[in-house]
Amino acid sequence: MPAIAVKNLSKVYQVYRKREGLFASVAGLFRREYREVKAVQSVSFDIEPGEMVAFLGPNGAGKTTTLKLLSGLIYPSGGEATVLGHIPWKRENAYRRRFSLVMGQKNQLWWDLPAQESFRLHKEIYRIETAAFERRLDELTDLLEVRRLVSQPVRELSLGERMRMELIAALLHSPDVLLLDEPTIGLDVVSQRKVQDFLKYYQSEQGITVLLTSHYMKDVQALCKRAIIINEGELKHDGPLSDIIDRFSNHKVIDLLFAGSEVPADLERYGTVFEVSPPRAKMEVPRNQIPEILTSLLAQYTIEDVAVQERPLEEVISEMFTTTTNQSRAPNEEIASTSE
Amino acid sequence: MIGTVRVNWIILKTCIEERFVYRADFAFATLVRFLPIVTNIFLWGAIYAVGTESAHGEMNGYTYNEMVAYYLLAMVGRAFSSMPGLASGVARDVRDGTVKKYLTQPIDMLGYLFWHRVAHKLVYYCVATGPFVLVFYLCRNYFPGWPDSWTIAAWIASLIMGFLAGFLIESLIGLISFWFLEVSSLLFIYMMINYFLSGHMIPLDWLPDEINNVVQYLPFKFLAYFPAAIMLGKYTHAEMAHELLIELAWIVALLALNRIAFARGVRRYGAFGG
Repeated sequence: MPAIAVKNLSKVYQVYRKREGLFASVAGLFRREYREVKAVQSVSFDIEPGEMVAFLGPNGAGKTTTLKLLSGLIYPSGGEATVLGHIPWKRENAYRRRFSLVMGQKNQLWWDLPAQESFRLHKEIYRIETAAFERRLDELTDLLEVRRLVSQPVRELSLGERMRMELIAALLHSPDVLLLDEPTIGLDVVSQRKVQDFLKYYQSEQGITVLLTSHYMKDVQALCKRAIIINEGELKHDGPLSDIIDRFSNHKVIDLLFAGSEVPADLERYGTVFEVSPPRAKMEVPRNQIPEILTSLLAQYTIEDVAVQERPLEEVISEMFTTTTNQSRAPNEEIASTSE
Repeated sequence: MIGTVRVNWIILKTCIEERFVYRADFAFATLVRFLPIVTNIFLWGAIYAVGTESAHGEMNGYTYNEMVAYYLLAMVGRAFSSMPGLASGVARDVRDGTVKKYLTQPIDMLGYLFWHRVAHKLVYYCVATGPFVLVFYLCRNYFPGWPDSWTIAAWIASLIMGFLAGFLIESLIGLISFWFLEVSSLLFIYMMINYFLSGHMIPLDWLPDEINNVVQYLPFKFLAYFPAAIMLGKYTHAEMAHELLIELAWIVALLALNRIAFARGVRRYGAFGG
């Protein structure tokens, strides 16, 4: 049985639409126009126990809405979902004791008190046995290298340290499912790396199911083999991360190191040159023409080194979002008007 | 059951610790709140002295001494029933999404807020008892003397129930933020109504009969007037018991309303926002 099963899940929000100007504000008192925003449209996917899946999409794609549905914060407009066999929006304690939601931009710890006080409260809320609690706290503070900091008020911690404390609070009760919404947002490279390393280690050790949204492709590449891509509320891709590049990128990058100190001026006839630092040049070429282009380049110039690379995942995904957004700009907004 | 008690105990303990973080500011704020009490005693003196040689006349059945005693006792009632920041805090939690914490964790939001408030009050009493005792000692001559032990017991019960009623009314206003997000104007209206109808400003028996008859049916009088009136001997023992039962009924009704508002509010939050 999948740990997370989502079938035709939809969520439509009604958003108050205010026209510009004073007159419109007064008119809005009597007659309100609502805009329907289809945040999630008939999304289906299954996640098996122990999988770590990236949930990708631009801002407003419906990622956070889906996570909110799965954590039971909001009710769907249609479709169904079960997590660990529970319907999330029933909010049964039995379910709430088995998952955790961590939002990078939300703080769950007591601001003015040391994190250990929040942890102690979690121990009671989640009914964690004292011995198990001590053991886990020990393990988690060691892994995240924050042992010294648990007795310092949370407000005095750096963002990176606070995020690590949030993760401890979320994991103390050994949840089977972890929903992470932008866990590394705003963190410096070192803290990002620490969080990534920790998540990777912890997930493989404990075999928990993780669904992660992030805008940092480095997080995603470091942690997940599978990615679900959603845009404008619709599922665009569900499969191995590596497939994204095969499927959505028709180009590869050729990195050339020329003999001498110059880069030939007529490289553009082979592809798009996007980086030149003589004697080195990088260009994008169509995937299916690589053998011909390479043969021709090697025949024509003296080349010391050549490498063929995939385009960075970040670029591929960003390009994919731009094209889909341009093709279908805002078809999912309908205007409904009601009087109140 | 034992688990729930333990959770509440830890919430209470943690909240008390939190209150002590800004102890200096808190102590200062508490003490400064005593200043208006002193000025109000002088104000009543001036009002009673209008047109007379000394402040010994009677107004609407209250002598100056009784008025000061009433005012001080009403202040004690308010020390239990006032809930600074409760409704606005709930509204803020709904607006900025902190409420998610209560929905994703196996914890009851109202229970949490309740124990948070108990902690808040306990710390307040630690700081305020001294000044209160001092003010009552200095003003001892205004009081008619100690009432019998049944009256004192009824007074203590009325203070505790005043705390419950005050908490439930304000949390209910806070829960309205699930519908309106911003409740500050509503809260302002409530504060105004409370000021008049709880007996904070003047004793309720000063109000015209037609108004007083209605006010007696509302829960606000339990927030300040009722405890003070018990101590001033305005009720017989039977009347006290009767009023306390009515207050209990209000508390049960308000609790039910809170539960309904929370359940519906969360449903609405789930349907529209989040």
